[in-house]
Amino acid sequence: MSFDYLLLTRALLPEIALVIGALAVLGYDLTLGRKLPNKDRLGAALGLGSIATIAALVDAVLVGRMGPVYGATLMLDSLAVATRIGVLALTLLTLGIAAGARTPRHPAEYVAIILFATAGFTLMAAANHLLVAFAALELASLSLYILAGYDKARVESAEAALKYFLYGAMAAAFLLFGFSLIYGLTGELELGAIAIRLAHTGMSPLLGIALVMVLVAFGFKAAAAPFHLWAPDAYEGAPTPSAALIASASKLAGFALFLRLLWPGLGAVAGGAPGAAIGWLTPVAIIVGASILLGNLAALAQGNVRRLLAYSAIAHAGAMLLGVMAAGVTGPGPLFYYAATYGVAAAGAFGVIAVIEVNGGCQRITDLAGLARRSPLLAGCLAVFVLSLAGIPPLAGFFGKFVVFAGALQVGGLMDPAGWLALLAIAMSAVAFYYYLVVLKQALVLPPAAGATRIRVPLTAGLALTLAAAALVVLGALPTLVLRYFG
Amino acid sequence: MTTWPLLTWIILLPWLGALLLASLPHTRPGVIRGLALAYSLSTLVLGAIAWTRFDPAAGYQFVERHAWVPSLNITYHLGLDGVSLLLVLLTGLVAPAALLASWNLSRNPRLFALLFLFLQGSALGVFLALDFFHWFIFWELSLVPAYFLIKLWGGPGATRAAYQFVIYTIGGSAFMLAGFAAVYTVSGTLDFTVLAHLGEAGTLAERLGPTGMTVVFLGVLLGLAVKVPLFPFHTWLPAAYAEAPTGASMFLTGVMSKMGVYGFIRILFPIFPAELTAAAPVLLWLALGGVVLGAFAAMAQTDLKRMIAYSSVNHVSYCLLALFAVAGATSSNPAADTAAMGGALLQMFNHGLSASALFFCIGILEVRAGGRRGLGDFGGVRTAAPIFAGLCGIALFSSLGLPGLNGFVGEFLIFRGVFGHAPWAAAVGCLGLFATAYFLLTFWQKVFHGPAAGAGVCFRDLTVFEIVTLLPAIALMFVLGVWPQALMSFVNPWVTAWLASLP
Amino acid sequence: MNLLPLTIHLSFAGAFLALVAGSRSAAAARWIALLSALAGWGVTLWAAVHFDPGAGYASLLNLPWIESLGIRFHLAADGISLTLVVLTGLAAVAGILFSWNVQEDTGAFFALYLALIGGVYGVFLSADAFLFFVFYEIAIVPKYFLIARWGSTNREYGAMKLALYSFAGSGMVLAGLLWVYGAAGGTGFGFGELALAATRLTHHEQLIIFALLFVGFAILAGLFPFHTWAPTGHVAAPTAASMLLAGVVMKLGAYGCLRVAMPLVPAGLTYFQPAIAWLAVIGIVYAGLVALVQEDFKFVIGYSSVSHMGFVLLGLAAGTPQAAAGAVLQMFSHGVIAGLLFAVVGRMVYERTHTRRLDELRRLPLHRLMPFTAVVFVVAGLASMGMPGFSGFPAELSILIGTWPVSKLWTLGAALGVLVAAAFTLRVIQVVFFSRTDDAVTVADHPLPPLTWPERIGAGLLLAATVVVGLNPALLLNWIIPGLTSPGLQAIWTGGTP
Repeated sequence: MSFDYLLLTRALLPEIALVIGALAVLGYDLTLGRKLPNKDRLGAALGLGSIATIAALVDAVLVGRMGPVYGATLMLDSLAVATRIGVLALTLLTLGIAAGARTPRHPAEYVAIILFATAGFTLMAAANHLLVAFAALELASLSLYILAGYDKARVESAEAALKYFLYGAMAAAFLLFGFSLIYGLTGELELGAIAIRLAHTGMSPLLGIALVMVLVAFGFKAAAAPFHLWAPDAYEGAPTPSAALIASASKLAGFALFLRLLWPGLGAVAGGAPGAAIGWLTPVAIIVGASILLGNLAALAQGNVRRLLAYSAIAHAGAMLLGVMAAGVTGPGPLFYYAATYGVAAAGAFGVIAVIEVNGGCQRITDLAGLARRSPLLAGCLAVFVLSLAGIPPLAGFFGKFVVFAGALQVGGLMDPAGWLALLAIAMSAVAFYYYLVVLKQALVLPPAAGATRIRVPLTAGLALTLAAAALVVLGALPTLVLRYFG
Repeated sequence: MTTWPLLTWIILLPWLGALLLASLPHTRPGVIRGLALAYSLSTLVLGAIAWTRFDPAAGYQFVERHAWVPSLNITYHLGLDGVSLLLVLLTGLVAPAALLASWNLSRNPRLFALLFLFLQGSALGVFLALDFFHWFIFWELSLVPAYFLIKLWGGPGATRAAYQFVIYTIGGSAFMLAGFAAVYTVSGTLDFTVLAHLGEAGTLAERLGPTGMTVVFLGVLLGLAVKVPLFPFHTWLPAAYAEAPTGASMFLTGVMSKMGVYGFIRILFPIFPAELTAAAPVLLWLALGGVVLGAFAAMAQTDLKRMIAYSSVNHVSYCLLALFAVAGATSSNPAADTAAMGGALLQMFNHGLSASALFFCIGILEVRAGGRRGLGDFGGVRTAAPIFAGLCGIALFSSLGLPGLNGFVGEFLIFRGVFGHAPWAAAVGCLGLFATAYFLLTFWQKVFHGPAAGAGVCFRDLTVFEIVTLLPAIALMFVLGVWPQALMSFVNPWVTAWLASLP
Repeated sequence: MNLLPLTIHLSFAGAFLALVAGSRSAAAARWIALLSALAGWGVTLWAAVHFDPGAGYASLLNLPWIESLGIRFHLAADGISLTLVVLTGLAAVAGILFSWNVQEDTGAFFALYLALIGGVYGVFLSADAFLFFVFYEIAIVPKYFLIARWGSTNREYGAMKLALYSFAGSGMVLAGLLWVYGAAGGTGFGFGELALAATRLTHHEQLIIFALLFVGFAILAGLFPFHTWAPTGHVAAPTAASMLLAGVVMKLGAYGCLRVAMPLVPAGLTYFQPAIAWLAVIGIVYAGLVALVQEDFKFVIGYSSVSHMGFVLLGLAAGTPQAAAGAVLQMFSHGVIAGLLFAVVGRMVYERTHTRRLDELRRLPLHRLMPFTAVVFVVAGLASMGMPGFSGFPAELSILIGTWPVSKLWTLGAALGVLVAAAFTLRVIQVVFFSRTDDAVTVADHPLPPLTWPERIGAGLLLAATVVVGLNPALLLNWIIPGLTSPGLQAIWTGGTP
């Protein structure tokens, strides 16, 4: 156990860069930017924010895999580093989207809060300690509540924030309760130590309650059924860049944290092995099944494109949880690949919506009509994002599904619930294909509504979306680029 | 002779003619007709050449055999024996006559001639092919031009008639095809000569098993029976023959109805001898049904063309009667066998001549009467058109089987043979003879005798052109009536050899 | 042979170029599409000329791809693949010739079209199940847009139905493949590796996997009762897409059955053979009967495709090399014939008369108005009826021959199907082209635009193909049969017992 502050500082360089960046954004805006019109203030804030994010990204790469840091409070393994890089890249994408979206009222604060949330995400990626994990999660969550309600003049945005906050706060309470029970049972906060204790003590009723608490909390955070109720409203009402962030980086960081908590921390009570007592795998399996079914079926009925994306996110959360279940056999690689590429596709889809929104509303699916005529670039990008969400090769979404489901079947074939859930997920992906095609039909096949004008795509947003689409194509064709990192 | 593929040329020349016509879109009808006739006559010429070099004592001659689809063991195998020669000659006679009969066709003569030559080549292919694969190609391809000839130049009901014709025939062929597919699975070949050996030796039945063999036999039988047609599969025939234009009717009845009988001789007898023998009693009844009911149905017709169509059912059923009597023979009676088979072959030839001549005559009546051809539409034509009456009368009496004309010899031999094996069948069959006599004489009497009435008034007699068309057939009726030996010289040795080859 | 992967590259490159050029000039997009399709076809023909049937399933390209899962970028071809890529090339060229007049978003149209072609080439050449599946799905998406965007009657419905059926089928395939790989501890996705892994599963698991794979693929091949997407989809599609869908894409399913499902779980065929064969026979007869009562010209052809694909499935289900050879030949034959029929219906007739209703077409003397079209349709119809002398005949004969020793009833059922095919084909021939109209109606009353040269050339190419193969089936059978008896597929005919 070494408590080297120098090493700790080094390990936290990305977070430091983000926080400094956030402060710089606020400082610039308070001083030099005060007189400028809103649009320019946004531009400046986004520029500074991007610089900070890129700096953090460089830091994250340079810091690399340090292993346990500060007495294993942080764990900078492959998963942590990859998740940091992924989260930061998704934040960059979100910033690019924000550049093309409606200008918010206080742009600098908006960008600063995004950066704070990102700092929370990167910390979640590395947290190996219950308290750090909770602190990081709440830093991220609080920022996201604000981001969801940022457009406070709009009722929907306020409603989104309120719902998100209420559910989130309740989830936090559950999580805290669960953590405290675990701490009480094991006397440890650091995940490695907890694992050692649990390997001796095994399952107990109280631990069972703790696990349920933790799972419920994460269910809320990840918007998995049946704890998903906030998600459609939040996706619908939140400002679009906020929704993009909630759908992408927050998911990736959350699942990384969840994965680390469950396998390295609570792996001893997973309960998958034949003859072992029931562990957390069983409730997770139920959540997976419910999410996949409910998400896909409910999405069929949606006429609002954001709600549709929300329900599809619920279904994807189910698939990602399946990846969590399989991670005991496959390692974190498949889950990370899935979550990261899903994040790119989901954020990209919201990015397209954000750009359309500037040129008139974009709530109903029919608002997408004739996008191919109004802006071929946006239509092309949207096609890539949506097809990736649907899991069509050669896009990354396909390989994500492929590798996660293959892993799930590797657990124990059909002797294991994961195998059946994989088959269920494959079957439901045919259902999902329908609603994704409905979106694409509007965008690519139908003519534009009367009076719809051509859309001018701002340069930064266009660039960000194009890069995101290209990333999905490249990662889909060469998944080894990512998987190699997990050895 | 091996260097010059005579048989291929016999098949190919009409097709080349069709191809030539297809490539001459804007040519005067006269040229078209002349070319078509020339190509059509090629069959007669080449057939005659083959006849002169034909050795009645030998089996297949002018054989051509080349590998075609080696992976399926399919060969291009042509050969000519007595029965093929007979039918090639018949085709050579009927086809040009049918073209001459359609000389004045005004609507798209090029397409007509083209289809006709195509049909002629296909029919010749059927008579010469010795491998099921291309035999079936010719068999099926002949339907296509026949269909269009009926459909496009036929009467008011032609669409339905042509459709019925093709569907019935294809329905039969499909099962025949399935049957041969089955045969192939156990023999690995589709060559008729090889299959015949296997069939005689009983190898085929052994390998297919009793049920399999029965199913296959029934499939093939169905295909052939529809084509002939064997009662009760004949229902397509009257409509098709009646609706077809004159030239097509002539060819259909003269040549195409022989394709089925030929199939019985070439396929069913050698390859499925045991099954045929077993089925013969039933088939004999069906053939009798064709003979008797065909004749009685003809009696009931008022449309002349339908009448002759039904009479075709009746006449072709004689051939089948003979074949089945031989097949079902319980006791050995070589004389009866030879007589029946010889008679059947002659009957094929004779019916080809007389029926096509009759259709031609009806065509003339129809044209002169402005499209009417009912039994009651005419009267006293003899007075107005004595030449026509004379020639048509000869054809009628030939068809009726008047001694001295060709029809008699065939029918006589058939009855003689059938009496030897199944006297009761021959006795019942006589009923058909009487009915035939009755309706043909009715035809003769109502149309040609009595006071001039209906279209018979001012009936224009035959032109020279028409006489030329009809005369060869009429002449042959006399020649063959008094000198059947002309054909029997090569038919009889073939029959003897063929009967000897059967188990 | 080693040039064959170029077909895939050429198609995707052509798609990209057509998309780029299409925004400037429709003509450029057309020519780019035609040239890349011609080049692809040329490559396949070149490969056909240099083909050595004895070489077995010869690798064309074998690169590591996703090592951690044992996935390789592995392309290979044998006589079966070769037959089908030659068909693909031909159908692609013909399809482009028949869509020469597409005016709307020409670039996008040809880009999607070529992407579809590229996917199809990829499927036929893949020797790795993962790669196979990737190309298989790549072929699905363009179909949807081609139909939904450029289609006709009820296009959105037809396109959606088609896409969903295809995707559901491919989902079943994915489930089956992953099951084998995951549950049996597969080391890779090469066909041989997967087959080896499958042997480690229990008999029951093998059977379920076979059902998933076979039905998944067979949906795309139009297996009764999962065929309903085919008629609606084909009818809704623009001409070139119908040609390609019926002509080539349905073959993907059949090819998948033959290349993936059957060798992977040879025991499955033994078990499910009666069910599949009966469904195939029912499909043949039922679809034929349905075609007989259609009032829309294109629906007749759409159902006829289902009926003809029933022969392919029957040939595969029979489980004898002879029948399978017939099935592959039938794939080629139907590819050509369906292309021709759809070309006549969709392009030659519909775009000139603007109706596909039989009762309206009946009033037009089409054999006089468009004699060339009538001839093309008659010949194509005859070929479609299995008339000897055309490619359908040796194919159906081979299937019947191969099926007979397995079951006499299936053979007879299929023979009945031949009859039904003749009935509906003749029906449309006479209603559409040779209806008896009032002679007073003259050509001048219905001035129809004359046929264009691309149409004539396209029709000529397809007609030539069906006649050449019909008269000399050995040409293709010499490729197909060594492929079927090669070690990779040997297990199918022995039911898994070596």
